[in-house]
Amino acid sequence: MALDQIVDGLSEVSCDVLVIGGGTAGPMAALKAKLKNPKANVVLLEKANVKRSGAISMGMDGLNNAVIPGYATPEQYTKEITIANDGIVDQKAVYKYAQNCYGIIEELDSFGIRFLKNENGDYAVKKVHHIGTYVLPMPNGETVKKALYRQLRRARILISNRYMATRLLKSADGRIAGAISVNTRTAEMLVIKAKAVILCMGAAGRLGLPTSGYMFGTYENAANSGDGYSMAYHAGAALANLECYQINPLIKDYNGPACAYVAGPFGAFTANNEGSRFIECDYWSGQMMLEFYNELLSGKGPVFLQLKHLHPDTISEIESTLHKVERPTRGLFQQGRGVDYRNDSIEMHISEIGFCSGHSASGVFVDDNARTTVPGLYAAGDMASVPHNYMLGAFTNGAVAGIDAMEFADSHDFADFDAADVARERDRVMAPTRREDGIPPNQVEYKTRRLVNDYLQPPKVTRKYELGMRRLAEARQDMQEHMIARNAHELLRALEVQSIMDCADMAVHASLYREESRWGLYHWRTDFPEKDNEKWFCHTLLSKQNGRMTSEKRAVEPYVVPIADDEKDLYDKQRIRATA
Amino acid sequence: MPLASYQTSVPVVVDDAKCIADKGCTVCVDVCPLDVLRISDMTNKAYMAYDECWYCMPCEADCPTGAVTVNIPYLLR
Repeated sequence: MALDQIVDGLSEVSCDVLVIGGGTAGPMAALKAKLKNPKANVVLLEKANVKRSGAISMGMDGLNNAVIPGYATPEQYTKEITIANDGIVDQKAVYKYAQNCYGIIEELDSFGIRFLKNENGDYAVKKVHHIGTYVLPMPNGETVKKALYRQLRRARILISNRYMATRLLKSADGRIAGAISVNTRTAEMLVIKAKAVILCMGAAGRLGLPTSGYMFGTYENAANSGDGYSMAYHAGAALANLECYQINPLIKDYNGPACAYVAGPFGAFTANNEGSRFIECDYWSGQMMLEFYNELLSGKGPVFLQLKHLHPDTISEIESTLHKVERPTRGLFQQGRGVDYRNDSIEMHISEIGFCSGHSASGVFVDDNARTTVPGLYAAGDMASVPHNYMLGAFTNGAVAGIDAMEFADSHDFADFDAADVARERDRVMAPTRREDGIPPNQVEYKTRRLVNDYLQPPKVTRKYELGMRRLAEARQDMQEHMIARNAHELLRALEVQSIMDCADMAVHASLYREESRWGLYHWRTDFPEKDNEKWFCHTLLSKQNGRMTSEKRAVEPYVVPIADDEKDLYDKQRIRATA
Repeated sequence: MPLASYQTSVPVVVDDAKCIADKGCTVCVDVCPLDVLRISDMTNKAYMAYDECWYCMPCEADCPTGAVTVNIPYLLR
């Protein structure tokens, strides 16, 4: 059979709870749903393979937001994240996370994932954030995916690898009814009826274009093409604060973390070309990224992560972590460049833009039960709107989603959907395979993402955004009328381009709607350079209404943990002041 | 519009002498997050069929015979 030959087919299955995405939040959601009702059917659908999918494909070096008794309190953490995210936070979900995450750490520990302890047997938590102490290293962090997989097998979760979900199905009264998916190696379609659906599909990490020349050389796992954002949008769910982009400080060209969260607690720091510190705190916030951007443009760049001043044993310890987990080819890259951390600093740059609440706040709107605005539809992890929630947030909120979704499934029957919706989706999915001649998906994708870089990268200029919107509309027309897929693998890419295009359009729409600047570099609008708390101290919710992209304001829920006036701008004071 | 193919040196290299895909092994193809590896119809060995690499390493880490090597792609070396 020819490589990835297209097979015509459509079948239908059903389950109680369908979890889409088997990276971090997804396995935990599936596990908790199944444990809640062991008699129910839980399906975990994954575009790649659950064994190695998602942001933690090769593991993780530590927890970046562990709220551990004795080191931090849920109140303190909630306050820190509220300030770091410029006040636009529904604290209830953050507070719930902060209360639940220690239990999840203990559960992960029972799965065989170890966390760093000191000589007294207490967790050895490190300080990276501006105010509190929340970073906990994971000495065997490369084993995370294997440990999760063992739990999934033990609980008899039904795993379907190599199926890409493309659209959600709903009943006439707006309740979730299931999802439509396509096999990434045969193009056969599979309809999955479900009483509840949990979206755990990761960041929109293939939005901006890395400068390396590789479209897949992204910061995020390049499989995270924003499919969840696109599916939620087309299902009518609201998406929150998409203008709060994810932009990260990374190793230049390699485009992976440098990584100050690992090296910082040992004494490493971000330095300019003069070897001087210029930011108070290495925690990734929009305000910190703005200072990073300013330094690069000031003539004092390049910017480096500096650790050559540390003791050789300390450097070896840092090196063994950085070159073993998360992005282990870092070591190979530095070796090729002749960079030895003992003598050389690590040159850094600013990443491409994306959506990711794991590091910022752009995600499908969810409440503190991980419920979206569509009944029966949940979201967790990097694509859900709980801000700054990292890997531990994906696990913790995935658990919340799994339990609540099973409760929903237990009290509802299957919702009916219209068969015409499936037929329409089949036509949309297969359209690129039915053209004899046209533009391949990689070219449509390159053009779209180049436009994202040219017009959407902050600082955000209204005139540039208007031009970008026009050019993206032209690219969309090409995509809809001329894109071809000659085999099932190309069809996978063609479908991903459509998610990327939707995310680009949403980035434009959301950014033009919020007429102020907030979150440092993430939403710096040159035409509205000031923060405007009077008009814009609110969430923005984007959704599809009557077929059109629409944005509206939503009030920030009253705080559970009050923030004093003199604490509100702590993250605005990132630049180190010159001392007389 | 006619299409042309585009030459590119791929980062994932498989040592045919060590690869046991001809005996039914598909580990590297199974685990790749970007699904870019395939078994060749001609040699029955694994190879990188699509240059869409995230240089993440599951293929190398999980290969039971140490046949797979992930190199840093040329343009970012």
